[in-house]
Amino acid sequence: MAVEERDPYSGWMTTGHEWNGIKELNTPVPRAVWFFLGLAALFSLGYWILMPAWPLGRDYTRGLLGLDQREIVAKSIAEAAADRPWLGEIANKDFPVILADPRLMADIRQTGRTLFGDNCAACHGQTAQGGPGFPNLTAGSWLWGGDPADIAETIRVGINSANPDSRTSQMMAFGRDEILPRTDVEAVAAYVRSLSNLRPAGTQAQIEAGKALFAANCTTCHGEDAKGNQQVGAPDLTDRYWIYGSDLQTVFATVWGGRQGHMPSWQGRLSPTDIKILALYLTDLRKRGS
Amino acid sequence: MIAELTKNERNGALVILAVLTVVGLVMAVAGYADPFGIHGGLVAIAALAGIFAVISGYFAPEPTLARFGEYYDTPSKIGIGLAMAWAVFGLFVGDWVAWLLAYPNATFDAGWSSFGRLRPVHTTGVIFGFGGNALIATSFHVMQRTCRARLPDQLTPLFVLFGYNLFCILAVTGYLMGLTQSKEYAEPEWYVDLWLVVVWVTYLVLYLRLLARRREPHIYVANWYYLAFIVVVAMLHVVNNLAVPISFYEAKSYSLFSGVQDAMTEWWYGHNAVAFFLTSGFLGMMYYYLPKRAGRPIFSYRMSIVSFWGITFFYMWAGSHHLHYTALPQWVQTLGMTFSLMLLIPSWGSAGNALLTLNGAWGRVRDDATLRFMMVAAVFYGLTTFEGSFMAIRSVNSLSHYTDWTIGHVHAGALGWVAMITFGSIYALVPWLWKREGMYSPRAVEVHFWLALGGTLVYVLAMWNSGIIQGLMWRTYNDSGTLAYSFVDSVVAMRPYYIARAIGGLMFLLGAIVGSWNIWMTVRMPAPVPADAGGDQPAIALQAGE
Ligand code: HEC
Ligand code: HEC
Repeated sequence: MAVEERDPYSGWMTTGHEWNGIKELNTPVPRAVWFFLGLAALFSLGYWILMPAWPLGRDYTRGLLGLDQREIVAKSIAEAAADRPWLGEIANKDFPVILADPRLMADIRQTGRTLFGDNCAACHGQTAQGGPGFPNLTAGSWLWGGDPADIAETIRVGINSANPDSRTSQMMAFGRDEILPRTDVEAVAAYVRSLSNLRPAGTQAQIEAGKALFAANCTTCHGEDAKGNQQVGAPDLTDRYWIYGSDLQTVFATVWGGRQGHMPSWQGRLSPTDIKILALYLTDLRKRGS
Repeated sequence: MIAELTKNERNGALVILAVLTVVGLVMAVAGYADPFGIHGGLVAIAALAGIFAVISGYFAPEPTLARFGEYYDTPSKIGIGLAMAWAVFGLFVGDWVAWLLAYPNATFDAGWSSFGRLRPVHTTGVIFGFGGNALIATSFHVMQRTCRARLPDQLTPLFVLFGYNLFCILAVTGYLMGLTQSKEYAEPEWYVDLWLVVVWVTYLVLYLRLLARRREPHIYVANWYYLAFIVVVAMLHVVNNLAVPISFYEAKSYSLFSGVQDAMTEWWYGHNAVAFFLTSGFLGMMYYYLPKRAGRPIFSYRMSIVSFWGITFFYMWAGSHHLHYTALPQWVQTLGMTFSLMLLIPSWGSAGNALLTLNGAWGRVRDDATLRFMMVAAVFYGLTTFEGSFMAIRSVNSLSHYTDWTIGHVHAGALGWVAMITFGSIYALVPWLWKREGMYSPRAVEVHFWLALGGTLVYVLAMWNSGIIQGLMWRTYNDSGTLAYSFVDSVVAMRPYYIARAIGGLMFLLGAIVGSWNIWMTVRMPAPVPADAGGDQPAIALQAGE
């Protein structure tokens, strides 16, 4: 029943079939299709011969080139390491020596920036200036010491982290745990704010009362002069840098509910050299900032 | 709709819906403490609504034998409506997540609206909701015409269509509640997957029954493709979703596969979903509506054969190109790459066959936006398959992988090819189905065309730029020999492109809204003078009484 006919436009015959008005021409497959199909098959064949390709039960054809992606990665990692001889110097030299070496410090600035961006910026911000709950690392006094070795140790063990050597710090919940009544918390909060001349200030009576309360409750950690204590990670309360915020509401919340910041430990996640680079990077950032 | 069912079919529908109601209620009670129970409630409500619909039409007079003189097009009509609704919904969510990437706070602080939940809502909404409904609707239409036989009964196609949409709704609501198997494009949990198996097998059997009744000696190309789509999707779906539920009244399950086997199974599935859902099915659509609309014979029957078998054979191997440079053994990567390269030739064979079919009808392409949709779709199909084979080359992939380039590639295919061929086909089909002279507003079709094309180009160009910048930033070294950019740097660099992409997506969404309006208005147009059926009748009609 197939009735072939000639398509007047192309000049080709149809196959003679028709489906609801649709016909098909019997045009031969263009040569180019066969050519490229052959070419692609040949390429594949060549590739299979040269590269790992076909499974053989428990093994596979290794390919004439003997290439293996794991070996290639291992090799390129070794090559990359060879490209960074300065890393060895960082590992072996002491902090002051490195800090005095402009060539090494140029490497620290480049590499530290990306290391910081990939690992630390999520909490401390791209420019390390922190945000609510996360300290500014470029200015203000240090919680745990600003010596490069101290910084490296903070990074290694973390703060209130799961690392057994973790630095631990604890700002108690004076209000919630009923150590101080509400009026006292308000008074001491007013006093703390007065230390850095913040407005609106509390009443004079509050500040007087707060001063006494501070001396009785807070100086063990924050110090007689409220300038903090790096032994327990207590911040300086007299400067203009705040971890959690300086408005009355936030200072009240800090004293009422306490704080326990969490900084992860990087031991095992970053190499000792990377930690050293970050400590140097932060030291340098602060030096250049001031 | 109910009036078209015979008495037996109405009873059958009631039985199915009653069983479904019971199943839903059991799920709801047993799983009351879990999202599983909520889904049970949803199933029961849907089934009860169905029961009410059937009962309200139950006593309508039965259809006469005259129905055998016509094709059964109700499921196709409903399917088109559902496809457009899913398109608008899926594209809207897609554009929302696009804006989220530029303005991450636009989630209203709720769990359901977080990026991780909305993204699969978008992909499922557009691929399975829009694409799937369009495929089912057109497959019923094309199958009947090219077999010259009416669908074997009235109930099964409706079961397939509504059952499939129930699957889509369970999937999407599940994501919003946080349910996922965390396998891309196979996120729905075990019981939703089981339901799809029931629906899909029914679809396959329906297709085979119709094919067996055909009055044409030869099976038309479009049907090969639709059949490949149905058969392979069934196989992929079953294997990739093999899982053990933690209990029979909880939603969570664990995959049967783990580690690199899991990754390989997932991407064997994932890439073949692209191949047999998003390519094969839509090629079936193209092979019918394009020559029909152009009024031209297919350029080459022989090329159809070469392309069909090439695509079907080569695609199966290509999935591992999603896992280059991973723990997957290198030999599997080699096979994925080489088969992806060979795949280009049959892919271009199909695209070329479509474009060469237009020879002799280019004037119509210029004047007719509907045909232009299909022409542009074939061009994007060619572009995307070239790009895909290119990106499958390991060294290219080392730049492109994990970047927005992949997203650009996917959308060149999804917007440029899949959505365009669908819109073109629907614009051709709607006037035929509803027996109108044409679309309500040809100018609106024109507007839709340009919005769709413009949106696709903006989207794809933005993602190409962003992806290549990203890929280069991730591999640039400074003179200390360490990486020059942190990941965050690359995120910052991508932001302008994210905004551009969201604008492109918005254009595409607006186009779909214009299209939906136009289809709605066409359906509402007064019926024209009854036209001569013009051969649009099944062969059965000639032997009345069968
Ligand atoms: C998960 C969030 C988080 C990440 C990531 C993080 N930090 Fe911290 N970091 C903190 C918090 C919170 C503190 C303050 C703890 C406190 O208040 O007691 C802190 C404190 C510090 C301190 C102590 C500051 C001082 O005054 O003594 C240093 C140094 C530091 N971080 C460096 C880093 C570096 C370097 C990285 C990246 C490797 C990093 N941090 C990553 C949260 C984080
Ligand atoms: C046991 C030691 C300890 C005592 C006692 C203590 N603090 Fe603290 N305080 C800390 C530590 C440690 C932090 C830092 C907590 C952190 O960052 O996670 C801190 C933080 C603060 C801060 C937040 C500073 C900022 O930058 O946001 C305020 C304000 C403060 N303390 C006030 C007080 C007041 C007022 C008292 C007495 C009522 C007090 N502290 C008693 C250890 C202590």
